[in-house]
Amino acid sequence: MRLDVVLRVGVKLIIPFMLVFGLYVQLHGDYGPGGGFQAGVIVAGAIITYALIFGIEEAQRVAPRKLVEFLVPLGVLIYAGTGVIGLLSGQNFLDYSVLAAHAPAGRERGILLVEAGVLVTVASTMIALFYAFSERGR
Amino acid sequence: MNAVTAQLPALQVVIPLLGAIIAAFLRRGTLAWAWAALITALTPVIAFAQLHQVWTNDTISYRMGGWPPPIGIEYRVDLLNAFVLLLVSLVSTIMMPYARRSVAHEIDGDKQAWFYCMYLLGLAGLLGITITGDAFNAFVFLEISSLSTYVMIAMGRDRRALVASYQYLIIGTIGATLYVIGVGLLYLVTGSLNFADIGTRLAEASAAYPRPVLAGLAFLFVGISLKLALFPLHVWLPNAYAYAPSFATAFLAATATKVAIYLLLRIVFSVYGVAIDLNTLPVSTVLYPLSIAAMFIASILAVYETNLKRMLAYSSVAQIGYITLGIALMNQAGLTGSVVHLFNHALIKGALFLALGAIVYRAGTIKLDDLGGIGRTMPLTFAAFVFAGMSLMGVPGTAGFISKYYLIVGALDAGLWPIAFLIVASSLIALVYIGRAVEVAYFRPIASAPANAKDPPLMMLVPILVLTFASIYFGIDTELSAGVASRVAETLLGGLK
Amino acid sequence: MGGFENFFAHYNYVATIVLMVAGLYIVIARGNMIKKLIGLMLFQTSVYLLYIAPGKIIGGTPPILDANFTIYSNPLPHVLILTAIVVGVATIALGLAIVSRIHEAYGTIEEDEIIARDDQE
Repeated sequence: MRLDVVLRVGVKLIIPFMLVFGLYVQLHGDYGPGGGFQAGVIVAGAIITYALIFGIEEAQRVAPRKLVEFLVPLGVLIYAGTGVIGLLSGQNFLDYSVLAAHAPAGRERGILLVEAGVLVTVASTMIALFYAFSERGR
Repeated sequence: MNAVTAQLPALQVVIPLLGAIIAAFLRRGTLAWAWAALITALTPVIAFAQLHQVWTNDTISYRMGGWPPPIGIEYRVDLLNAFVLLLVSLVSTIMMPYARRSVAHEIDGDKQAWFYCMYLLGLAGLLGITITGDAFNAFVFLEISSLSTYVMIAMGRDRRALVASYQYLIIGTIGATLYVIGVGLLYLVTGSLNFADIGTRLAEASAAYPRPVLAGLAFLFVGISLKLALFPLHVWLPNAYAYAPSFATAFLAATATKVAIYLLLRIVFSVYGVAIDLNTLPVSTVLYPLSIAAMFIASILAVYETNLKRMLAYSSVAQIGYITLGIALMNQAGLTGSVVHLFNHALIKGALFLALGAIVYRAGTIKLDDLGGIGRTMPLTFAAFVFAGMSLMGVPGTAGFISKYYLIVGALDAGLWPIAFLIVASSLIALVYIGRAVEVAYFRPIASAPANAKDPPLMMLVPILVLTFASIYFGIDTELSAGVASRVAETLLGGLK
Repeated sequence: MGGFENFFAHYNYVATIVLMVAGLYIVIARGNMIKKLIGLMLFQTSVYLLYIAPGKIIGGTPPILDANFTIYSNPLPHVLILTAIVVGVATIALGLAIVSRIHEAYGTIEEDEIIARDDQE
């Protein structure tokens, strides 16, 4: 597929929008359908589309395998770490109200952090799965 | 200090969960093992503190994220799950020193850290199922523990481990999905996911919608039965146990099915039992024949098995039959027998599978025909096997005897003397299959595989001996096992309608 | 309401049951391991429908409090099912990974052929 101009140019055009849309879905989770899971899959979709058209080696220059495998547990760590902040400040696990002076504001901030963790994990898991399967049987 | 005590229920799950994540960053096997051992060793401390608190005071209720139940997820510790938490965490801790050499022997160097990551995730999942008071949260933990279990099984050396893992994945997922359908039906009729809250609303819901409530029980029952390998839903178990790495087999045999049985007890007694008269529900009617079939058919299958791991796996199915029989009896002694056998069987099977793992480590095979004379070349390991085997049969003076004693008393209390007879008769079959292994190990000439074998290093030997000693010791001192179990049975039966 | 109308009034449950049984049938009847996983996915999908459908209330809006709206849909099933979907994805990914390892080890993904190959040993 390396010589197919339409696909190569089309994908180059669409990928920035995919990434921005992923970010939109991530941040719009407060007011409509959205959040880390969906955004993570969209972001991973951008990388996977890139890999499909330009080849897995090119994609791994953008998102190296080692980095992706490092990000999988890191996202979970962000999630669980946010929960532990609540524990350390004397509240219950996953109680985000301590993250700001005003409890609802703290909860909003907590959800933002947790969803960021979810985004990192879901996106990197999807990419790692894609790499793992596509490198089999070579 | 008080602040820490209040957070114990969260720490029970969060510590192994965070530990698993950090284990994923450690790429070296020995380092990951040391980390996993440290994390595991913290869990029984927390479990014991909670058991102490529940024993002296009252139920612990922990609000996840500060949200009050039934809106938020509640972690609820009563005597039953404090006991199971202690069992799971304690047995895992005893086994951990054993893991290093056994895992290094059976799993490639670069995958060992992942194995420990999966092990910690599995442990977190099992502890999570046990501690949570929320039905859907229990499903999530059930899947966390199951998924990590599939990975652990697939890491076995034999290629059949892959097929065993695949089959378990299919059956396990069906089981979990049936469970979640059951939870969904209960949610539709009661509007709640909290076990205790469903219990209080179920009486009213069941009057209005009797059929979904009954169908929900059926789905939950079959789903959990797939997980706990109730006969005839046990087909995944023998292969999964036979081809998994030895340490994984011992860990699963001692903990995973026990936690599934806990979940069944929770659903039957704390959700349905408090709302509906259990005699009007077909729980016992279903459990009696299946338990008795498990006790006999699985034991007979074990007699004809030449692979020792598979033999013990079938024996596990039979022992689960005893536990469910106690649930079916639904009286004080029967339920005590059930809960105490949960405890004793975990110790016994842990010891037996660890001993087999040591035989794999030294002799490289567990085919009974190749193991002639193993009892003379690995004296301590096989002595442990024999003593744990005696406890499995229920020889007086061992832990296994205590469980069977309570079950027989329970059967007689219920006026079902044929069942008491069947318990004794099926125990004699255990004598046959353990006896067969003993005959090969001590009275046959030494075969080629065990000829150069000797007892494993101390790090492996000590956990085997500790678990074997425990499976004898709890036959003499029954304070911790039967004492707690009878109070558990009392509270479970006391809450019934 | 007659039985016929009752049947169609609960069409979402009918769809759930059809999906559930079809999925379970594929898991049981097919010998191909990938097809079995597809059946498993279908089976899990039926659960998503079972939870989601009753959560939607006709005329209900997303549960963001506002003076102009009084009827809200139940948001909890969506959150639960989002979790269940993620669990399902993980299960299927793991299943496919195991199947591809089985293919490397045995050279086939037909269950009966695998059993035959193991028996030969």
